[in-house]
Amino acid sequence: MSWEWGVIWEYLPRLLGGAWLTLELVAVSGLLGLALAVPLALARASANPLVRAFPYAYIFFFRGTPLLVQIFLIYYGASQFDAVKESFLWPVLREPYWCAIIAFSMNTAAYTAELIRAAIQAIPKGEIEVSLALGMSKLTMIRRIILPRAAGIVLPGYSNEVLLMLKSSALASTITLLDLTGMARTIIARTYTPLEMFFAAGMVYLAIAAVMILVFRLLERRLNRYQFAKRPS
Amino acid sequence: MDLQGYGQLLLSGLWVTIELALVSLFFGLIIGLCGASARLSASPVARAIATTYTTVVRGIPELLLVLTLYFGGSQLLMWIASMFGYDEYIDVGQFAAAVAALAIAFGAYSTEVFRMAMMDLPKGQWESAAAMGMTPLKTFVRIIMPQVWRLAIPGLGNLFQVLLKDTALVSVVGLNELMRQASVGAANTKQPFDFYLAAALLYLLLTVATTLITGYLERRSKPELRGTRA
Amino acid sequence: MRKVITTACLLVSCLTAPLALAGDKVRIATEGAYAPFNMTDNQGNLIGFDVDIAKALCAEMKADCEIVAQDWDGIIPGLRARKYDAIIASMSITEERLRVVDFSEKYYANMLAFVGPEGKTLDVTKAGLKGKVIGAQRATIAGQYLEDNFGDIVDVKLYDTQDNAYLDLANGRLDGIMSDKFPAYDWLRTDDGKGFEFKGDDLDIDDHIAIAVRKGDKLANKFSAAIKAIRANGKYAEINAKYFPFDIY
Repeated sequence: MSWEWGVIWEYLPRLLGGAWLTLELVAVSGLLGLALAVPLALARASANPLVRAFPYAYIFFFRGTPLLVQIFLIYYGASQFDAVKESFLWPVLREPYWCAIIAFSMNTAAYTAELIRAAIQAIPKGEIEVSLALGMSKLTMIRRIILPRAAGIVLPGYSNEVLLMLKSSALASTITLLDLTGMARTIIARTYTPLEMFFAAGMVYLAIAAVMILVFRLLERRLNRYQFAKRPS
Repeated sequence: MDLQGYGQLLLSGLWVTIELALVSLFFGLIIGLCGASARLSASPVARAIATTYTTVVRGIPELLLVLTLYFGGSQLLMWIASMFGYDEYIDVGQFAAAVAALAIAFGAYSTEVFRMAMMDLPKGQWESAAAMGMTPLKTFVRIIMPQVWRLAIPGLGNLFQVLLKDTALVSVVGLNELMRQASVGAANTKQPFDFYLAAALLYLLLTVATTLITGYLERRSKPELRGTRA
Repeated sequence: MRKVITTACLLVSCLTAPLALAGDKVRIATEGAYAPFNMTDNQGNLIGFDVDIAKALCAEMKADCEIVAQDWDGIIPGLRARKYDAIIASMSITEERLRVVDFSEKYYANMLAFVGPEGKTLDVTKAGLKGKVIGAQRATIAGQYLEDNFGDIVDVKLYDTQDNAYLDLANGRLDGIMSDKFPAYDWLRTDDGKGFEFKGDDLDIDDHIAIAVRKGDKLANKFSAAIKAIRANGKYAEINAKYFPFDIY
């Protein structure tokens, strides 16, 4: 088997350019997804079945279908309707970049909402009773007790979700975006060196994942510092 | 939703998707059992190999794995075979490459599920089985496996749902599964929304079926729950 | 215990490497998403000019042929991996491809052309294309020509299939596409192609379309001879007339 290191070095700068787009996609859709997940989770944990129904259906759909289908539904599907193409949404939807961001955000929101809901339900009941006894309003309680506590509980699971999102972002290459995978595929179309290029791309993904894990560990230590603190003797 | 005669094509794709998922599940489970045994083995080499395998595979995109095995599968396999002195041409078929990619991904995650389940079993069980004169194989098949299985079912059920959804990635390399057939229909009728929505609904159907089957297996594996309803 | 597992694992690795059986059959790959040369009908059958030519050539060679669909991206790797023996998928002879495969004589000649919406001017010069969004299929002559000649000034979008590029042109995501001329000619005649037209002159880049086989495979000569034969006996003209009112050889 002939293995060409030269090809990897020659095209590494272009691959890294693709990696930058990958990072951007993950960061932007991660933040948007998180913003979408919090209200979904709160509604999902609600006692009112009518309030629960929408997030339930949303989460069921996005967790039950492949992300690739969701991306194609948004990118190719939306343009089937002239009403969409004539609306104010089109300048956004015509860009593959934003279609990818929308699909990734909506997808990760569904998974994250489930994580947050589980975390909310894992908060000891006593803490909620205490805050009620202290006369906190519902909003204050959500803002000062429930969300910060849930954040600490949810973090390990969420870091996992972000890693999964990093991997999913490779699907951006199917709608013409030149992310890390898209860049590798475009280079291979020219050089016919699939193993070398995919290997190089894989290594870059692993490096990104390693850095992400490290950052989340540090964040976890900060958010859950009471668990790491020494008890005063 | 008017599928303009392409409904049949979607159903044939659905069938390939199911086939792909089940065959990959079979090999993925075996890889997972091997992986978990290696992770828990006394040999540091086996442990290192298994740990590298799960770390690497869980860190790279499934799409990249599919593309790599599809475009480089033969090359890779011949390279490995030549280390054992076998220099003939080896062909990796389209379906086989897809199954290999999906099974390797599934195997990495199921290794962890099986490992956790195996660790949950007290070591005393191995020892008492040995004391009763059982061979290690007998112990594994009759004592350990049934318990590991039941501990692992919920985790494996989740992984199978991930696997089902990952089969869609194979469409990118042209295997005629559900997603690919939806694309063919979408391109020929210029009704992409209808076709991708139809595909999405069929995937939902598979997800629901999987949830029901997993629930059934879970109840069956727990004698104390037999006869109760979920 | 460990031995048992090792044996089981080895067994699996043997099972997971099923070997394809190579018989006397000539297996031919085409893409199935490149109308009117090769496409998939709603029964999943492969049809089109390439498929008709492939069948005519097989009849001429008295060979037992099987035609399979294969995504464009992987069509050369698939040939090299012996998934099939020949590619009849409107593939151009290029230097890069000649390094990895052999070609028969040409079975038609291709030209490149720009397509854009009617009524909008698309000046297909360096100055005119500046800042435009132009689509093409990934891993094609058109895609590479676009990248090589206009890559620095044009926003190039590469698609997995030509169909998806057409979809996006119709959707207005693209200012134009660069593609092979004949399929574009065919597309412009369909309902979907209404409102679009060729922009500027055809680019004759001396592009010969031929049948690809593995390096050193004698099959190339057999195909070349068969092409000559169907050119002579009128079979080619018959197929050509089904698709185009002019000779594309």
